[in-house]
Amino acid sequence: MNRIAGIINLDQEQDFLDELTYFRCGAAVPYAGHYRMIDFTISNMVHSSIESIAIFTRRKYRSLLDHLEQGKAWDLDRQRGGLFILPPDWNDPTDISRGDLKHFHNNMDYINRVQADYILVTGAQNICNINFQDVLAEHKASKADVTVIYKKVCELYPEHHLASKLTINKQNNRVTAIHNDPKSQDIYMNMYLVKKSYLYALIEECIARGHTNLFADAIKANVEDIHIHAYEYKGVHSLINSVESYYRNSTKLLNEIEHDALFNEDSPIYTKVKDEAPTKFLPNSKVKNTIVANGCVIEGQVEGSILFRGVKVGKGSTIRNSIIMQRCEIDSGVVLENVIIDKDCKINSGRMLIGAKEKPFVVAKRKIM
Amino acid sequence: MKNKEHVAMLLAGGQGTRLKSLTKEVAKPAVFFGGKYRIIDFPLSNCTNSGINTVGVLTQYEPHILNDYIGIGSAWDLDRKYGGVSFLPPYMQSEGGDWYKGTADAIYRNLKFLDQYNPEHVLILSGDHIYKMDYARMLDYHKSTEADCTISVIEVPWNEASRFGIMITNKLGKIIDFEEKPKFPKSNLASMGVYIFRYDVLRKYLIEDALKKDSSHDFGKDIIPKILHDEKHLMAYTFDGYWKDVGTVESLWKANMDLLKEDAELELNDHMWRIYSNNPNHTPQYIASSADVQGSLVSDGCRIYGTVDRSVIFYNSHIQKGSLIRESVIMPNVHIGENVKIFRSIIMEGSVIEDNAVIGDPTSNSEITLYEDKGNVMSSRYTTMMK
Repeated sequence: MNRIAGIINLDQEQDFLDELTYFRCGAAVPYAGHYRMIDFTISNMVHSSIESIAIFTRRKYRSLLDHLEQGKAWDLDRQRGGLFILPPDWNDPTDISRGDLKHFHNNMDYINRVQADYILVTGAQNICNINFQDVLAEHKASKADVTVIYKKVCELYPEHHLASKLTINKQNNRVTAIHNDPKSQDIYMNMYLVKKSYLYALIEECIARGHTNLFADAIKANVEDIHIHAYEYKGVHSLINSVESYYRNSTKLLNEIEHDALFNEDSPIYTKVKDEAPTKFLPNSKVKNTIVANGCVIEGQVEGSILFRGVKVGKGSTIRNSIIMQRCEIDSGVVLENVIIDKDCKINSGRMLIGAKEKPFVVAKRKIM
Repeated sequence: MKNKEHVAMLLAGGQGTRLKSLTKEVAKPAVFFGGKYRIIDFPLSNCTNSGINTVGVLTQYEPHILNDYIGIGSAWDLDRKYGGVSFLPPYMQSEGGDWYKGTADAIYRNLKFLDQYNPEHVLILSGDHIYKMDYARMLDYHKSTEADCTISVIEVPWNEASRFGIMITNKLGKIIDFEEKPKFPKSNLASMGVYIFRYDVLRKYLIEDALKKDSSHDFGKDIIPKILHDEKHLMAYTFDGYWKDVGTVESLWKANMDLLKEDAELELNDHMWRIYSNNPNHTPQYIASSADVQGSLVSDGCRIYGTVDRSVIFYNSHIQKGSLIRESVIMPNVHIGENVKIFRSIIMEGSVIEDNAVIGDPTSNSEITLYEDKGNVMSSRYTTMMK
């Protein structure tokens, strides 16, 4: 049996995108024109025949619930299995678990009941297009206790400083250390695959010892005692854990090769599709090198930018290298450069907002400027 | 179960022969329109937005796409425990079976479907018209006037009135006469093919009509004249808004072009009256540095490297560098090579246009070219001749 169940643990992914995560958790942040960050992880799981997915969420999950609904967009509205969104409803008087173990302890029923032999535990900050069945094949062949997924990056960016890195024995791809060496290029993608029974034992052990983080205390700390196999993911990868990395990785998608590698036809990224009209380009609009979602009405100039659904760009406005989220209204004669504007904002005529390329200017949701 | 107050019957079996190869493999209600829609999205969305949650879809001609597209109706919120959308194709009975012989016959043979809901009123809708209409208001009017039947009408220009079924009304809106395509019209109120009947009245007339050997079993030709003849209470409900029956290649092209105006009469981007459709999953569109898009509608999944001028581009179409698309409709999944020129054309779904091709006639008022898959060019001139 090769059944895998997924757990997306969002416990540690709350406030890393400044204004964009004031009102929502990171997983629910809009990305790439009409997606949310979590769409990538869920779609990858669905394409890997993972039919049961649990989401551990602690705070700011209204937006996430709204987006995921019953999981219909990912074909996860099932009689058996499907999507389980598990917010913190923790009232067990005998509960002695701490930290993110609280999620595992209080949702033990999910792990017990789910029809799967393996569990894949991930976050939602690593944007990629990966098949987890390939990971399972390697996991089984290596006879490892745990398989962790990593990406060897060519160039280190600031976002990689925060990620764990791996030291790998090149002979057998066994992990010999997990650390934060800033010079290491083997970036742990916050995804590991483990047999259900083994995960169960790790959880019990962690809770009994009062540990607070399943990965850090049960896997990272015991790297010498347990067999950890490293699976190398070779496709496109973006780690998004700061506004700067969000901005740079978003605009990277304007490059066709990067774009097509992430959004390939064999394993498309699913999202909740809205009933928006096609985008209307009015006479004299000038749009170049831009990703545009449906429902926009464009009268001005846009270049090197990403326009989400239902954005209006007025006459004589210029938008350069910016990310404009759902339903923003940009009046006439506005100049925007290197800015990220969250949903439902209104920028009145004649305003000029210019951020730095390295540090884009962020406008929080529903602002009127 | 509780009776339904109203049930809609949507006639979606029409072939639409004047649309030529556009309807070679699909029924007319499944024809693409407006950058991402199929025509049937309009009546179905009207039902949902009007609070009508029970819709029978009568299919006959090439139903596969419609079956697949509508599914259980979830895109229109018509996946209901009681009611929702039901497909009603012709079927066999112990004493045999036959195709639907006319619009009235189609409803007559589904009286069993209607009986199970035993509604007070039945809406008869056509699946091949493009319009946004609140049926709930018409229903209110129908109920407040205590009519046996209410027919929705629209004012058309007098010089076009002879192309329609024309209603002649008195001052109170009561229909006193009806003329099918009159040479000398006495009124310019054209029937839109939207009827609301009291179910008991409809049921009686359908059963009577079914027994008549010489009847063509058509609402416009048989049922309405008979009801009028019997001096039943017929009311006209005047609709003012955009309404189009896109019967020909030209009118389909024209209706698409109508959407490009800055203040288009038919606003698709209307959050108070959304047009729902079965949305395919695509990435957002990408407009490249070499592209120039003006006065056009473009949908998800498109990649534009060339010039698009006053055109409607359906989802997942790719237009390469150096190509020019002007006053044209590009249906879904079309791949257009480099340095192609397309003028005043409709390019059918899934077509592949080789580099350097030239399609269509750029001169104004020229015939609209319908470019079929696999490279067969058909001019709409033939359509005009067939009329």
